Amino acid sequence: MNEENTILSIKNVVKHFDISGGFLDQLRFKNGRIGLEKITVKAVNDVSLFVKKGETLSVVGESGCGKSTLARVVLGLYPPDSGEIHYGGTRIDNLSHEQMLPFRKKIQMIFQDPYASLNPRKTVQQTLEEPLRFHHPELSSNEINDKIEQVMEQVGVDQAWIKRYPHEFSGGQRQRISIARGLILDPEFIVADEPVSALDVSIQAQILNLLMKAGRERDLTYLFITHDLSVVRHISTRVAVMYLGTLCELAKAEDLFANPCHPYTKALLSAIPVVGEKRAKQIKLKGEVPTPVNLPTGCVFHARCVYANERCINQVPALLTQDNGTCVACHAVEENRVIS
Amino acid sequence: MSHLLEVQDLEVKFALRFGDITAIDGVSFVLDKGEKLGLVGESGAGKSVTGFSIINLISKPGYISKGKIFFKGNEISSYSDEKMRKIRGNRISMIFQDPMMTLNPVFTIGFQMVETLQAHRKISKADAQDIALEKLKKVHIPSPAQRLSQYPHELSGGMRQRIIIAISLLTEPAIIIADEPTTALDVTIQAEIMDLLQELCESDNMALILITHDLGVVSQVTEKIAVMYAGKIIEYGSTDQVVKNPIHPYTEGLIKSIPGTVIKPGEDLVQIPGMMPTLTNIPPGCAFNPRCYLKEAICTTKTPELKDAGNGILAACHLK
Repeated sequence: MNEENTILSIKNVVKHFDISGGFLDQLRFKNGRIGLEKITVKAVNDVSLFVKKGETLSVVGESGCGKSTLARVVLGLYPPDSGEIHYGGTRIDNLSHEQMLPFRKKIQMIFQDPYASLNPRKTVQQTLEEPLRFHHPELSSNEINDKIEQVMEQVGVDQAWIKRYPHEFSGGQRQRISIARGLILDPEFIVADEPVSALDVSIQAQILNLLMKAGRERDLTYLFITHDLSVVRHISTRVAVMYLGTLCELAKAEDLFANPCHPYTKALLSAIPVVGEKRAKQIKLKGEVPTPVNLPTGCVFHARCVYANERCINQVPALLTQDNGTCVACHAVEENRVIS
Repeated sequence: MSHLLEVQDLEVKFALRFGDITAIDGVSFVLDKGEKLGLVGESGAGKSVTGFSIINLISKPGYISKGKIFFKGNEISSYSDEKMRKIRGNRISMIFQDPMMTLNPVFTIGFQMVETLQAHRKISKADAQDIALEKLKKVHIPSPAQRLSQYPHELSGGMRQRIIIAISLLTEPAIIIADEPTTALDVTIQAEIMDLLQELCESDNMALILITHDLGVVSQVTEKIAVMYAGKIIEYGSTDQVVKNPIHPYTEGLIKSIPGTVIKPGEDLVQIPGMMPTLTNIPPGCAFNPRCYLKEAICTTKTPELKDAGNGILAACHLK
């Protein structure tokens, strides 16, 4: 899956979390014997992706599908259980703290909740100057102030507010400060984890415009994590759809919305309420998302899929590339059993 | 009074240390049998407070300072607490936003359903359980009999919201007030819950007040819409008309700022500059004037009234 201009590639990443607790919590009584049992949440299972320079790749899915975990693995906030992360040709998931530092400058993150992601005891100035002082100790105070001024202007926060604390700002303003913190080191790559989902619609539009503008002006590459499909349609170059920790479809944004292939993507798209349209026929899914503790065998979607057959229950589908470049992991699509 | 519910010039204030603030300022609307009304607005617009005040759930320091609410011709806004209890949860039910918080975690689903019924009717436990089971079937819960003995933590979010809907249906209410019923849920579950609410309203001829910030959801479910801004209804009319031809600049901006409505992917979204004023600091004249692209002198001095703007829409704007 290596293509030209690849800036980030994620190779077969697996991330499981052990939630079994302490020794006593693990004790189980089974078949007349006492034993220990570990419980793991299988958050991300064998996901491979690459992100091209300058594009916006969105990862979508419902809660618990592993999209945020994937974002954190990319940044090295969680070490992957297996698999590799390559950034600009260098493997970064096994680096030591010091070796990782130059990459931290290049890859920045914007978090979902602007109320939780800013330190309440730091002023805007302190929040913005900290990354500069850490990564660029050679800069003088004047240079730092110039830089802060420039970034604040770009994100539309009044420079008179530089001595204020986060609680004095509204959600939208805080998210702007959060974005300013992400931009201040002139990164190449930004991981944005649900950056607009905590905001009201009119503020959401302001922040999306800001992110798109910053992307154009600074030639940024975005890995955009969200559950809001109308936002995805608006900003993405390509879209990756995740379900229960696996990638089920990866396509260009226009192709995905015009012609979704995977049965899960079809159902997901049909559920978006569109302003001014009475609901078209929604594709109903059977049951609910299974827990990532006990993953279904074969295709993880088979229990809810109308096209599921024997093969889907037993064999994990591979991500296959279609004629138009869309990648789909589905036996039914491969066998042409899906009626569009 | 031919209307099922009529809210007249409702005003709700909150008494704070530095004086009263007005959360709802002169809100009026009507609801007929089987009708579905959407109350839309951003956080702090007063949509939830409006919903709460209908069944007098406003708690201190808030109070209804003006206005009347009629239910089937009776002025329920003047009812005592005792009398109100016979309406609340019985004739008018409420569904809240967070299905994780609404159910009591230490009692079984069955217990909570029987309790609700016994609070409103003289009924034996066995009969109450039969009704509970019937309502659980009605909201399409798989293996309903088994659910009665389960605790809330054993169920998923979507399932819990179905249970809450089933509880609200127990007493066969005339009106359901749903406050952001799907905001905490995923989109596929949201679509199912909305379908269910719509189906129930139609089969039982129940009226629905849907409080939400999501214009997409409102435009698919409701027939009428009231858009709120800073404590006032600024546009009120048939959902189809308002969504297609919004009159008020705020409604227009709100619709255009949603990705995928008028703007092509990749282009800048139409944005409303600034943000909604806080209730302590509402500008004089039209509350929207600092953000409005049409603003003229009159907007900063005179508060616009809701008036007929054609197409059956009422809008509060001087310039339309």
